[in-house]
Amino acid sequence: MTDIAAPAVMPSRPAWQIKVPYALLSLLMLLLIWQFGTMIFKTPPYLLPSPVDIGFKIVKDWKLLLLHSGVTTFEIVTGFIISVLIGLPLAILVTYSPMFDKAIYPLIVGSQTIPKVALAPLMLAWLGFGYAPKILITALVAFFPIVINSVVGLRSAPPQMLHLARSMGASSWQIFFRFRLPQALPNIFAGMKLAVVLAVIGAIVAEFVGADAGLGYVIITAGSSFDIPRQFAAIVVLSVIGMAFFWLASWIERISLPWHVSIRQTHH
Amino acid sequence: MSSLRITEDAAPSQSTLRGWFKRSSNPACGAVLNRAGAVSQSDYVSIHKDYISIRGTSKSFVGRNAVVHALSEVDLDIADGEFVSVIGPSGCGKSTLLMLLAGLEPASSGTMRVGNKNVDGPTPDLGIVFQQDVLLEWRTALQNVLLQAEIRGQDKTAATARAKELLAMVGLQNFLDAYPYELSGGMRQRVSICRALLHAPPLLLMDEPFGALDALTRDQLQIDLLRLWSKQKMTVMFITHSISEAVFLSDRIVVMSSRPGRIEEIIKIDLPRPRRLSMRETPEFLAYMQKVTAVFKTLGVLRDEEGDDE
Ligand SMILES: Nc1ncnc2c1ncn2[C@@H]1O[C@H](COP(=O)(O)OP(=O)(O)OP(=O)(O)O)[C@@H](O)[C@H]1O
Ligand SMILES: [Mg+2]
Repeated sequence: MTDIAAPAVMPSRPAWQIKVPYALLSLLMLLLIWQFGTMIFKTPPYLLPSPVDIGFKIVKDWKLLLLHSGVTTFEIVTGFIISVLIGLPLAILVTYSPMFDKAIYPLIVGSQTIPKVALAPLMLAWLGFGYAPKILITALVAFFPIVINSVVGLRSAPPQMLHLARSMGASSWQIFFRFRLPQALPNIFAGMKLAVVLAVIGAIVAEFVGADAGLGYVIITAGSSFDIPRQFAAIVVLSVIGMAFFWLASWIERISLPWHVSIRQTHH
Repeated sequence: MSSLRITEDAAPSQSTLRGWFKRSSNPACGAVLNRAGAVSQSDYVSIHKDYISIRGTSKSFVGRNAVVHALSEVDLDIADGEFVSVIGPSGCGKSTLLMLLAGLEPASSGTMRVGNKNVDGPTPDLGIVFQQDVLLEWRTALQNVLLQAEIRGQDKTAATARAKELLAMVGLQNFLDAYPYELSGGMRQRVSICRALLHAPPLLLMDEPFGALDALTRDQLQIDLLRLWSKQKMTVMFITHSISEAVFLSDRIVVMSSRPGRIEEIIKIDLPRPRRLSMRETPEFLAYMQKVTAVFKTLGVLRDEEGDDE
């Protein structure tokens, strides 16, 4: 029987080694089309700058962009951390307490339909123009995917797994940390990846509504002075920040869940 | 099919296993040690007639609009070291009986005793295997087996040695560090059996453990299980839908009927041990199968021409 043989070593490259070059190639293609399009149709740079124009603008404005990126990044990170610190314990409460599940969870799920960014002006009115309203909006936006995915994950342990745990004499703590939590991690990470992307949107929208710093502020002020290249420069930097956070979350996921379907690759 | 039956020298000797029992501080393992010692299994069975005693046990579930009587007045004694199969139509309460005995569900009435302890909470020192292997996907085969020792707070070094021994006995010595997704269904179920046996439990409960496997793997696992059982001398309650599987493995077969679930008949299987796959063609074996089939026919569970497995 083949059972007895050692596992065959399959020389296969991890997914990212294949994916990244192709994605980069298509991005390069798009940028080339854009570049040649603006050259052929001679679009004025104050309406649609070419990628090269934007590149120059980023280099020229780097000090300003760096300063305001710092502000926005701080809002994103703080908002995200707060949403995790509140969202995860709340998800645990919902899974463990039937009272919470019946009384609170439907409200959380239902309030998902409220467009949180529409609350930004209200937050501003209540909390002033500092960091507080931006962080609050960011946290609010990031909070929902974390709670909902974590609840789904924490509930995903099959009943027989919990029976098994109890038959081994596992304490509630052991059941949580050795069975439920690891079982929930793929969902929790999925929620966090979603949350990190939403956090970027939350921070920017909050800055749009009223701010004196941050990339959202840069975009708004550049817009009102028709500095389209600077707007593009800020958007590019913002996209890079968003991608960096998403990539960071995916990377942490990959090293902590090597066993999961979405990540597994042939090793040995 | 050269490895259909793993040779004795591939498996660790009985003395090393007994050595592990001696090291174990687990009081329940004392009985195992005694049994593995001088007293032969058949003698022991006659001395301790009722290792497990189930008396007038009933269980009803209150559903949304009806009460389901899953088990009604079940009486059953199981001797120490006995291999008992439970067979019956779907929904007759086999799994419920197992859950009650494991102390994972409270009975509605009646008493149950395992060893000298009444069941009133999770029964300590037993092993459970379900139809789904419920391996933890984030742990390797070895780590999955060791989970049992970790939760029970047992010595890591001794447990690791024993886990490796058990995995080798079911032919998985080269897969200690494989993750569950790298294993076939049969291999996964073998890991879950090793996990159930790591702490040398005096009682092993199995709920259709081979139900999801193909026929060939199933045959192999039956052989593996009997070998583990003869080495460890534990008591086994084995739930199955397969008549031939029940006859092949068991000392006794408990035939149940449904609505409400109760014991219809207990059939003693007097086939010699060790059992061999070739025995399944003998007239004695077929006679036992017909006997079980006949019970199902009188119950109306089986109608003509359906008298095979499942
Ligand atoms: N938790 C539960 N709540 C309500 N009813 C239940 C519950 N568990 C089992 N039952 C009912 O009890 C009866 C017996 O169920 P059980 O799972 O013990 O049957 P079974 O013999 O194991 O069936 P199968 O061979 O299909 O596994 C069924 O009618 C089932 O619907
Ligand atoms: Mg069942």
